[in-house]
Amino acid sequence: MLIYIARRVLAVAPVLFGVTLAVFSMLFLVPGDPVKIMLAEFVTTPEQIARMRAQLHLDEPVLQQYGRFVGNALRGDLGTSIRSRRPVTQEIGDNLASTAQLALASMAVAVALGIPLGLIAALVRNSWLDVASMGVALLGVSMPSFWLGLLLIFTFSLHLGWFPATGGGDFLHLVLPAVTLGAIASAIIARLTRSSMLEVLGQDYVRTARAKGLAGWSVVLRHALKNALIPVLTIFGLQFGNLLAGTVIVETVFSRPGLGRLIVGGILAKDFPLVQGTVLFVATVYVLINVIVDVTYAVADPRIRLG
Amino acid sequence: MATSTIALERAVSSTPAPGRGTMGRLARQRGAIVGLMVLGTLVVLAVGAPLLNSRDPIKTSVRDALQPPGPRFVLGSDQFGRDVASRVLHGTRISLTVGLIAVSIAALLGAPIGLVAGYYGGWLDGIVMRVIDVLLAFPGILLALAIVSVLTPGLTNVMIAVGLSAVPTYARLVRASVLSARENLYVESARAIGAGDALILSRHVLPNVVAPLIVTATLGLGTAILSAAALSFLGLGSQPPLPEWGRMLSEGRDYLREAWWISTFPGLAIMVTVLAMNLLGDALRDVLDPRLKT
Repeated sequence: MLIYIARRVLAVAPVLFGVTLAVFSMLFLVPGDPVKIMLAEFVTTPEQIARMRAQLHLDEPVLQQYGRFVGNALRGDLGTSIRSRRPVTQEIGDNLASTAQLALASMAVAVALGIPLGLIAALVRNSWLDVASMGVALLGVSMPSFWLGLLLIFTFSLHLGWFPATGGGDFLHLVLPAVTLGAIASAIIARLTRSSMLEVLGQDYVRTARAKGLAGWSVVLRHALKNALIPVLTIFGLQFGNLLAGTVIVETVFSRPGLGRLIVGGILAKDFPLVQGTVLFVATVYVLINVIVDVTYAVADPRIRLG
Repeated sequence: MATSTIALERAVSSTPAPGRGTMGRLARQRGAIVGLMVLGTLVVLAVGAPLLNSRDPIKTSVRDALQPPGPRFVLGSDQFGRDVASRVLHGTRISLTVGLIAVSIAALLGAPIGLVAGYYGGWLDGIVMRVIDVLLAFPGILLALAIVSVLTPGLTNVMIAVGLSAVPTYARLVRASVLSARENLYVESARAIGAGDALILSRHVLPNVVAPLIVTATLGLGTAILSAAALSFLGLGSQPPLPEWGRMLSEGRDYLREAWWISTFPGLAIMVTVLAMNLLGDALRDVLDPRLKT
């Protein structure tokens, strides 16, 4: 087990190395002079442009720049935002809690809706309830999150006045964004739970449990569901990434502070250090979450680490 | 990520090539029929947009601003007095085009990469897979966002960004199909009788790749339209006054209270389009590639 974990963690190193390389090269892939683009909104003198170039160390050899970029990132220095003149890590720190709350709350909504929906659909396969649940799930997969968010604002904020439409902070502000993001993720989880459950229900050990005369619900919950959820776990990691990325849109819909809005604001303001730093941070978090999911997967299913 | 690759490779192993009988089986799928009918209608609407609605989707008329749906404006008018119906109709053209181009970019770049990496293996495959792993480390729309930020916002760059960000998915899918196809006995026998790589690839390997590729591209069309609309919604894609669905939604956001119709109809249009592609894609998968089912 320990060997598996060590192997998995070591495998992450080259990926993270590649991620830093990709994020670093963003500045060099920009068509034209990045400094001029960044300063396009301001009236600048050639000296200011030269100073900016020196500040970003763009006057050094590329390899040295990359070394500095990785070295600084490892020390927790992701550069300075051009717009706010604050360290990017500080900007991330200010917005991290809000995005983490949203992502976790959405995950809770997704699991709470998706697993029961998929379970019920599998148990009453081909009944109207199955067709209806999967219809809802298909609708969820096809629904743009930004439209669902607007519909929820329209109904629950503007009409019923139950929840605030925009902003962040307390629990009430969290409900609508979390439901928006979670409902869409739940559709994927429901579809996966259903097919995984159907597969497990056809297995010999489930038939044996039934033949032993165990109660239907006991077979379903103790024998089938436990195993059916293992593949769902993998999607969990992928879905968490989607949720992280989804916060970009949902945060904009609800004008909620967070990493997603930080990135979008950075792109619109051509604040490259801010975009690079935040993208690097989110990608790293995503990679690490996937390692955790993989390890959990191996704990839950011995075939993975032995196979 | 490692586990998902394994799952994918297992999923696409030994899939039947599309052939005779496929259309017949597809015609028996209710989802396919509904999806195809909706898509057909959308294509007709997109092509015939100027004929079906003579109102200019861009010309403003402040006098007619914020009219609710009624006999004069079927789907109402927006804050500039433009006909929402005409804008949604013309938006069909934009979204279908954007989706098609993005998926074409993804498939045309991703498939050859996966084909070559999977068939030749070795160090080439190693490098390709490492690069793909790195690109897949940017979750969901984040890679497209990063690409847009490099290319600067705009509708053309959104197509490129959405397309490029899906390249790793196609490369990995095709590679996995090739890996399993390569193991087939008939590939071995072809090699034994002296067939060259080009012949083996085109005659024996490619047909095995086509089925999962068609399924993924159909489902990918919906995803691409959704992503492109999302980027436009964020203000990074199409610029006003273009009648693009995502952009229309974000403009209607400020008028939610007094004019719900501005954002509702483009939203509905996106959902129906993506739903149709998902229905068709699901049905295609059931017919062509049952093992891909999740």
